[in-house]
Amino acid sequence: MCLGVPVKVIQREGNEGIGEFKGVKRNINFALLDEVKVGEYVILHAGFAIQRLDQDDAEKTLELFEELAKANDEE
Amino acid sequence: MKNNFFDEFSDSKKTRDLTQKIKQTAKDFKEEIFLMEVCGTHTVAIFKSGIKSILPDNIRLLSGPGCPVCVTPNPYLDRAIALSRSDDIIITTFGDMMRVPGSSSSLEKEKTKGKDIRMVYSTSDALRIARDNPDKNVVFLGVGFETTSPTVAFALKEAKSRKINNFSVLSAHKLIPPALRLLAQSPDLKVNGFICPGHVSTIIGTKPYKFLADQYHIPCVISGFEPVDLFQSLFLLLTQIKNGTAKVENQYFRAVKDEGNPNALRLIDEIFQTTDSLWRGIGIIPQSGLVIKEEYQEFDAEKKIPVLVEKNREPKGCLCGLVIQGKKSPMDCPYYAKQCTPQSPIGPCMVSSEGSCQAFFKYGQMNARVQGQGARDQGQGSRVKGPGSRVKKTRNREVNKNNG
Repeated sequence: MCLGVPVKVIQREGNEGIGEFKGVKRNINFALLDEVKVGEYVILHAGFAIQRLDQDDAEKTLELFEELAKANDEE
Repeated sequence: MKNNFFDEFSDSKKTRDLTQKIKQTAKDFKEEIFLMEVCGTHTVAIFKSGIKSILPDNIRLLSGPGCPVCVTPNPYLDRAIALSRSDDIIITTFGDMMRVPGSSSSLEKEKTKGKDIRMVYSTSDALRIARDNPDKNVVFLGVGFETTSPTVAFALKEAKSRKINNFSVLSAHKLIPPALRLLAQSPDLKVNGFICPGHVSTIIGTKPYKFLADQYHIPCVISGFEPVDLFQSLFLLLTQIKNGTAKVENQYFRAVKDEGNPNALRLIDEIFQTTDSLWRGIGIIPQSGLVIKEEYQEFDAEKKIPVLVEKNREPKGCLCGLVIQGKKSPMDCPYYAKQCTPQSPIGPCMVSSEGSCQAFFKYGQMNARVQGQGARDQGQGSRVKGPGSRVKKTRNREVNKNNG
């Protein structure tokens, strides 16, 4: 039930907006998350943006993962 | 952002390397290690990823009480059903609740009898229905953890400020940390590490889990939902256990901030207050539920609309309550896959797509490892092709390494 999907904000007017992920568009309510701009990614849960999805941090996660996997090879 | 960015998180080539490392780490453990997730979305993600089948035998994954539908007790459903039978009430609910059996009926059954029960995607939809039907009482079934409760708090605040007085919420909202405390204290459950819920944590942040590490010395990792996330989190947990440390690590930092979502937390605080709450199969957990504050009581369906609720009858022999706590496996239940299937469920764990029983029913064959501490010896012989062959390969590599 706590399902959250990543969407890219493509439109925003006040607390209402539209997000898109892999071609699927969804309405977003921004009441729980201020200052999200068009072009940013958010986690969408039950129609609400609940948190920003940080792209740099996502990259970092993948890098950390590679590091862990690599460390394994070198052991 | 790269186009294939999100796909990288589910890249099986990536996870294969870390599987090897997880296996290496697991060798150091003399006894079985139990890791528990407490999020229905994790339950399903773990099953879908096939992780269970490629983990070493001494690393066991348990599903805790992370499915809000599964932990919602009968009396709540019976009240919702009783409300739905009133002609001037429209029930609005997330789809998950429709098929959950109450003592003698379900919302789905009532709907087929012509009761006005509507599935909504968001609390905004429920508010809209209330606005469009001023002569009816529109009741929203507020079920869910910290991820969902702020969206319901928002609807209540909106209803009050816009004077949508025919809107109300029947709240069964629950909080995750008190349930984790209960599990940590449980004398008959061994949990060596918690995989903490990703989306609950987007709201509550990382601090509410600290007591698990500090007071109970249980390592915690807040995890995302993609295979890369899950493998990384498992590895981080096992490393903590191996090193004898206990801290809260945040693997899902791309979405979970230490402070959580302050707006959402403020909103929860403004509308709700904590209360002792009944969890199906578990009992009352102190301060684990949210009730609507007095200032908003004209929007509290429980106070606003009195109704006669039938006497609670639990399905006899259904093990859902123990399955929810990771103490039994779905396969321990005499009804599992016999009288109780996703088509005709007896207990909520089989109704909800996030319930352990349904996940096990749908994906268990692929994984063939049993959750639940009561049933270690069942089902282990039935590993299947895909992941199994990978296991073999990895084992060979291990042997080579040892020889070299």
